[in-house]
Parts: sequence; C-alpha cells; structure tokens
Amino acid sequence: MYDTIIIGTGPAGLTASIYASRYKLANLVIGKIPGGTIVYAHKVENYPGLPGIAGAELGQKMMGQAKGLGAEILAENVTEVRKDQEVFNIKTESGKEFQARSLIAALGTERRKLGVPGEKEYLGRGVSYCVTCDGPFFRNKTVVLVGGSNAACSGAVHLSEYIGKLYLVYRKDELRGDPIWIEEIKENPKIEVIYKTNVTEILGDGAKVTGVKLDVSHDGTTDLETDGVFIEIGGVPASSFLAPLGIELDENGYVKVDEEMRTNIAGLFAAGDFTTKGLILQQTITACGQGAIAASSAFKYLKSK
Amino acid sequence: MNFTDQDFEAKVLKSELPVLVDFFAEWCGPCKMMAPVIEELAEELQDKIKVGKMNIDDNPATAGKYGVMSIPTLILFKKGEVVKTLIGFRSKEEILKEILN
Repeated sequence: MYDTIIIGTGPAGLTASIYASRYKLANLVIGKIPGGTIVYAHKVENYPGLPGIAGAELGQKMMGQAKGLGAEILAENVTEVRKDQEVFNIKTESGKEFQARSLIAALGTERRKLGVPGEKEYLGRGVSYCVTCDGPFFRNKTVVLVGGSNAACSGAVHLSEYIGKLYLVYRKDELRGDPIWIEEIKENPKIEVIYKTNVTEILGDGAKVTGVKLDVSHDGTTDLETDGVFIEIGGVPASSFLAPLGIELDENGYVKVDEEMRTNIAGLFAAGDFTTKGLILQQTITACGQGAIAASSAFKYLKSK
Repeated sequence: MNFTDQDFEAKVLKSELPVLVDFFAEWCGPCKMMAPVIEELAEELQDKIKVGKMNIDDNPATAGKYGVMSIPTLILFKKGEVVKTLIGFRSKEEILKEILN
C-alpha cells in the first residue's frame, strides 16, 4: 500500500513525486514516457534557471531528482483505476496491481491528429508529430507544418535549420506563438506562412508522402508538393480512462480541479496539461507548480485521515 | 550491442536468432528515453532475440535502405527479412507485446 501513486512521469508527476518524497509519503510513479511531453522539445528557453536546455535533458534531470529522493518509477501505461472504499486500485498494461491511499493524476495530453486521409497511412513515412525526432530526415527538402501555436512556431524555426522550404499552414489569420518566434518566422526566407487554410488530405506514392491537398487555393492550386508533413495542432487530454471513477471533466475532456488541485473525488488530485488549471498556460513551469500543490494537498488529505 | 553499416549483414541479416534493431540519433530526445528500455529488453530477451542499436547519422546506408524516415524506429529482422516495424516511442510492455507475437 502506497501513501500515493502518481500517474504520469512528466514535469507535473515528477514534481509531485519530489514533494511527496520530501513529505515522507511513500510514492510510486507510473508513466510511459520518462520526462513526459517536454522530452519532445528541442530547446526550452523559458524554464527559469535553465535557459536553452534540451527538452530531453530537462526531463532526465527531473527523473533523476525524483529517483534520488526515493520514488519508485515504473515505465508502463496504467490501464485501469478503481476506488474501493478509501483505497485506490491501479492496474498496469503488464497486469501488475498496486494500491494507494491517494492518487495524483498527471497524464498530460496526446498529440492531436488532423484526422485526414493519408495521415495514418504515411505515419513515419513523411507524416510526423515530432519536429525534433524527424526534422533532420528532411535536409534540403520541402515540408509542410500544420499549426500556429508556440510548438508549431518554434518547430518551424527549428526545422528551418535543415529544410529547403517550409510552408507553415494555419487555419487562422494570425499566428499565435510567442512574438519572438513569429518575428523569426517572418524574417526567415525559407518559411512561407499560409493563413486561413487547412490540409484536407495527405498524398503519397505508396511508399512516402508526396504532397498535401489544401482547402483553399495557394498560388493557383489546391495541391501542394511536399516531402513531409509535421502536425503541431496541440494535444488531447489523456483522461478517458479515469471516466469509470466518475471524475468531473470539462466539455473537452480536461480534468476539473480547484485551486488546490483537488478533483471531485476524495483523495484524487490532478495536475498538469490535462487539467482545467493547466489550460490557462500549458507549460513545464506551470505543470511543475501544479504538481507541487497536488502533492501538498495529498499530504494534507492523508494527515486528516 | 551496436550495429554498423559494415557489420549489419553479418550481425543482423545472417543471424540465427531474430534481431531487434533500434534506429536512433544523438539529437533525438525520445530516442534517449528509449535507451534504457532497449537495455532492459536486451537483458530480458537474451537467448530469444538479439537486441541492438544503430546510430543513423554514422550509418546512413542501412537506415536509407530500410526507409527509416522517423526516429525512434524499431525493426525486427528474422532470417534477413523485416517482420515488424515500430515507429515512435514505446514502453517496454508495448514492444514486448508486438514482437513476441
């Protein structure tokens, strides 16, 4: 029986673990991706104290710190959560079962898909959701990047180091990344921004991507030749498996939390990108803050029992 | 275990045991996260499946030959043929489920 089990090994979950360990709460952290979503960021320029750190390195440092304080970390997916009386029962994909007096859920988001024909078929063969993983495969080639947020804008700037030409395709009439990224994009001769346009299909020759179809003509045609399509249109909260508990979600599936990271279920706390609180600003630093508060709330909850 | 363009044929294609190859690069964050998973798999699958890594920057020929356009990519080879390709970061359990079928 653990004092608390933390589901999610991203910044929110790992910070929760660090605080939980220092509160002397025996904790197990279960999560598939060591370091969480931040691991996919090429360079993090806005984490206080660590300017210019690689996302993977930042994730690794947090993992190391959590482990060093005594947390047990299991790299698996959680498949089931149940609450029986005051005890939470967790089951993982390998069939392992664990119990805890409290639970901190910090599952983050999964990459949102475009949902267009060709997207699944050409995954890994021209279609990618990870600029840092796959950018270098498109040296001197043409790529399309769909999106207009910070991740899309910084991704476009990073990609421009490799590619020959980049089309940044966004459905709105203005990019909404940090002004500092937008400036770099507008000054970069390799990047062309196409506004108020969507990709409706991803085309290929059977082996790899050859182009995309747009819903608005560009330069006289709706077909755009390209070697790669990077999709950065945000995330979808990974909250569905908590539904059987009767957890309150907002209309988009984000877990509702109060100021102390409490959910509507006693003993269940949540933090990070997949909470309504996280929606205000989905960043590593806010996820860490919420993780710390969640651990503190779990500690208070356990003390009151 | 590491594979190179030079020893790929001998160590992988001509291997008696099936071989799981992890294509990675130093600049790829999720690849770094896969490294400990690969090590654990190598230990667990010792006598059943050979497990090793291949740096695609140092060995572009093999990566190109098998159409690796995204990393991390895991390819399972049996008697010189590709039997399974897994693209993207996976947990150890997910990989085991896929390759032990």
